[in-house]
Amino acid sequence: MSIVVNNLTKKFGSQRAVDNISFEVKTGEILGFLGPNGAGKTTTMKILTCYMAPSDGDAKVNDLSILEFQEEIKKKIGYLPENNPLYHDMPVLDYLKFVADLQGVQNDKIQNRIAEMVYVCGLNVEKHKKIGELSKGFRQRVGLAQAMIHDPEILILDEPTTGLDPNQIVEIRKLIKEIGKQKTVILSTHILPEVEATCDRILIINKGKIVADGTSDMLRKRARGEEMVRVQIRDFENKDIVVNALKGLDSVAIVDFVKESPDSFLVTSKENQNSRKDIFKLCVQKNWVLTEMTPIETKLEDIFRELTTN
Amino acid sequence: MHAIWVISKREFNSFFDSLVSYIFIVVFLGIGGFFTWLFGSDIFLIGQATLQPFFSIAYFTLFFFIPALTMRMLAEEKRIGTIELLLTKAVSDWQVIIGKFLACLILISVALVLTLPYYFTVWALGPIDHGAVWCGYFGMILMSMAYIAIGLFASSITNNQIVSFLLALFIGVFFLIIFDVLAGSFTGTFGQLLNFLSMSTHFDSISRGVIDSRDIIYFFSITFLGLMLAETSLSKRNIVE
Repeated sequence: MSIVVNNLTKKFGSQRAVDNISFEVKTGEILGFLGPNGAGKTTTMKILTCYMAPSDGDAKVNDLSILEFQEEIKKKIGYLPENNPLYHDMPVLDYLKFVADLQGVQNDKIQNRIAEMVYVCGLNVEKHKKIGELSKGFRQRVGLAQAMIHDPEILILDEPTTGLDPNQIVEIRKLIKEIGKQKTVILSTHILPEVEATCDRILIINKGKIVADGTSDMLRKRARGEEMVRVQIRDFENKDIVVNALKGLDSVAIVDFVKESPDSFLVTSKENQNSRKDIFKLCVQKNWVLTEMTPIETKLEDIFRELTTN
Repeated sequence: MHAIWVISKREFNSFFDSLVSYIFIVVFLGIGGFFTWLFGSDIFLIGQATLQPFFSIAYFTLFFFIPALTMRMLAEEKRIGTIELLLTKAVSDWQVIIGKFLACLILISVALVLTLPYYFTVWALGPIDHGAVWCGYFGMILMSMAYIAIGLFASSITNNQIVSFLLALFIGVFFLIIFDVLAGSFTGTFGQLLNFLSMSTHFDSISRGVIDSRDIIYFFSITFLGLMLAETSLSKRNIVE
């Protein structure tokens, strides 16, 4: 089940919450929606789930336009809204049954589906409690369970891991990855490691516009110019000799000191060159002890900051 | 149709999950019974086997209670955000509105069914005009429909329950009293129009046992208008400027 978004725009008054964005999601893809607060992530999701009509543009879910075939599309989408709103006075099981009923799950399958969701989302202990009595993490699981109860082909999750403890986060991510093998998943978050851990593709949006689109490796490559390594060398006589020797290597462009540790250096290679081999050989030749050599990766945080500020 | 039923059932159950429905039924029966049997122009004072005293008191209690039942229906969902969850399921705005409308109407019907012992008791006391009684109940249902629709509309335009309650009362009071009072001080077409808008004109004739198509059209029009406005205000999130 694919999603194709074409020049989607949503205006609130004069403000453009979503500004002419287009993208595509293929079946079996997990797309991470990344962006600072107020970037338009939630609005896009609300439009895709047929909660709101766009001001302009169109989106097609499996070739059905969201402007016309809302009923059909809603049946195929499982949605976990932001802040996970739930009926607090309903017991978990009743609530899941209500949602299953509403989504048109066949009567004889409802009990099976509920049992499966209770198992998958780890709700067994709490299933007879009222939703209002549950902790935030368990409510989040109920939110996920209701989104998946009708076995939708598309899952749209707005910040699915907020309020969960680290163990639960790992579990939920595992669950999303599992689901993402067969289904199309769009999730939004501003937790960057989360996107890296779960998503096949990342879409960064800022002020309603798409500023980056690609896998995390692609984004990294795009942001990183030259390779940078941190090197620690022991048993040398003079710092300057080391620096000069490193600078003398063909592949090295810049050598910097590291303030906190006197025997470490930051070595930047020349464009499209790899200096690690040369550094190692140099150390062997001079009889220096090489105790550390760490490539410094551009973090997704840096890419994110670079793309979404200014 | 299925979706409407599922929504109604949940709403109906949620009345009983909270104390709302119990309080409503107990107070409705209590006030109705008190004024029918014990106080004011009760049956023994009139000395007739009629349910007229009950209907005229229920006419006011329903006016007051229905906004209390409908006030949270949409306002609360909008406040905590569950409306988004509901409307992204495979249901339309109309199904949500009708579902909630029916849940409230069923609860009121239950309360009315529970007043049937009054009917049987009065029947045992003397010769009763059965037609008038059943017409009275029918009128109660019609009137409740109109008030529920007004209440749902009030609930759809705010996310504060108190505002919704007061607004429903404010709109309701026009139909209950104000049009009636104004009709007395105007003559001619305008006076007639106000008289037609007043709920008591229509309710009185029905509860006397006269079912006129004009009265039925009147109640159905208010109901339809209220529900339509509620639907419009719910779907205004889709407006494209």
